[in-house]
Amino acid sequence: MVRIEGLERILREHPFFEGLSADYQDLFAGCAANERFEAGGFVGREGEPANKFYLVRHGIVALEYAVPARPPLVLETLEEGDVFGWSWMVPPHTWAFDVRAMTLVRLISLDAECLRGKFESDHRLGYELFRRFVPVVAKRLAAARMRLLDMYDSPK
Amino acid sequence: MSVTAAADPMLPEPFGILRKRRELSDTFTLELSPLHGGGTFAFRPGQFNMLYVFGVGEIPISISGDPEDDGPLVHTIRAVGTVSGALRDMEAGDVIGVRGPFGSAWPVEEAEGRDVVLVTGGVGLAPMRPVIHHLLAHRQRYGKLLILYGARTPEDVLFRKQLEQWRSRFDMFVDVTVDRATGKWRGRVGVVTKLIARAGFDPHDAAAFVCGPEVMMRFSVQALNERGVADERIHLSMERNMKCAVGFCGHCQFGGQFVCKDGPVFRFDAIRDIFSVWEV
Repeated sequence: MVRIEGLERILREHPFFEGLSADYQDLFAGCAANERFEAGGFVGREGEPANKFYLVRHGIVALEYAVPARPPLVLETLEEGDVFGWSWMVPPHTWAFDVRAMTLVRLISLDAECLRGKFESDHRLGYELFRRFVPVVAKRLAAARMRLLDMYDSPK
Repeated sequence: MSVTAAADPMLPEPFGILRKRRELSDTFTLELSPLHGGGTFAFRPGQFNMLYVFGVGEIPISISGDPEDDGPLVHTIRAVGTVSGALRDMEAGDVIGVRGPFGSAWPVEEAEGRDVVLVTGGVGLAPMRPVIHHLLAHRQRYGKLLILYGARTPEDVLFRKQLEQWRSRFDMFVDVTVDRATGKWRGRVGVVTKLIARAGFDPHDAAAFVCGPEVMMRFSVQALNERGVADERIHLSMERNMKCAVGFCGHCQFGGQFVCKDGPVFRFDAIRDIFSVWEV
């Protein structure tokens, strides 16, 4: 008999949800879905409504800016264990860039509408999510600052 | 017969340029041979030579060749100043002066039995290449071997073919990231420190060798520490304005040490307190 892998277990094992109580794991799992994108497929497009965030289970995605008459500029690549998509928390709730699968990608998506409803009735649940997102945002900001330094340039 | 360690360390030996190879838009490799003959140029991985363009000046350049190869002396140079620019303009058959080898080496014996993590960025891969050759020549003496390399763009990836060859081996791990790229690049985009966070090695026993611009080394040491690699097991190669190369002139004084004589390879805990100081 083929057993369907439970999203609860996948969420529990993802570093983003490390330490989350079993009750809350179930709640998040209720808003979660498995998604798969072939290489070249777009997970999100700049300007489109951002109503999900994603945990990367497998493969590599690129965060990109489209530029007229040029190949897209890749801002960063993300892979297994990474999280992306916090535009759903920030008005106007639209993707700030394109997200493209560079390889076959397997993701867990979490539905923002579903989560917002639950946060309204359980602020603790919202806190649990935000305290996980803030370090992700902080790390991305630190990495962006590091890249501003152009650190591979030799001292003149 | 060895051509190393001339009787007077201040006296350059004339070396002819056998070949010049363009590596990147501003980076090239010179293969050199002593004009007066001699045998293998013996050096240890991490050491440098002073290269003298007659009538222009002299600069310290790390050796980038294989320490166990009895072929030409190899230097990879980024043209950023007057002397390196003059070297870039030279051709096969031209003659330069060479003094060396000088300085400390990567502690390859100390690292035996451990995982070895090489963190490097930009043209810093050139001084790291001799140690990679050594580790591969004595592969059985080491645990996991990892090269974590960062560059500004895909076009700035040094020794690209060699990285691809190393990556295709089953007994080492090579990971490359760039700061920025277009959609044509199939590799990673992001900071080199992220490679450290992800890499598979034993942080409580691994030896880490770090070489690149100092700002890159600063963040790499931080990321290694966060993984649990102790300062005593981190070595890095410092770059300073070396002149005499033998500890006489004091140009490269770094706290209580001279980069030319006590370095360029330092154990991090020996320089930790002055590493972030603007002017020592």
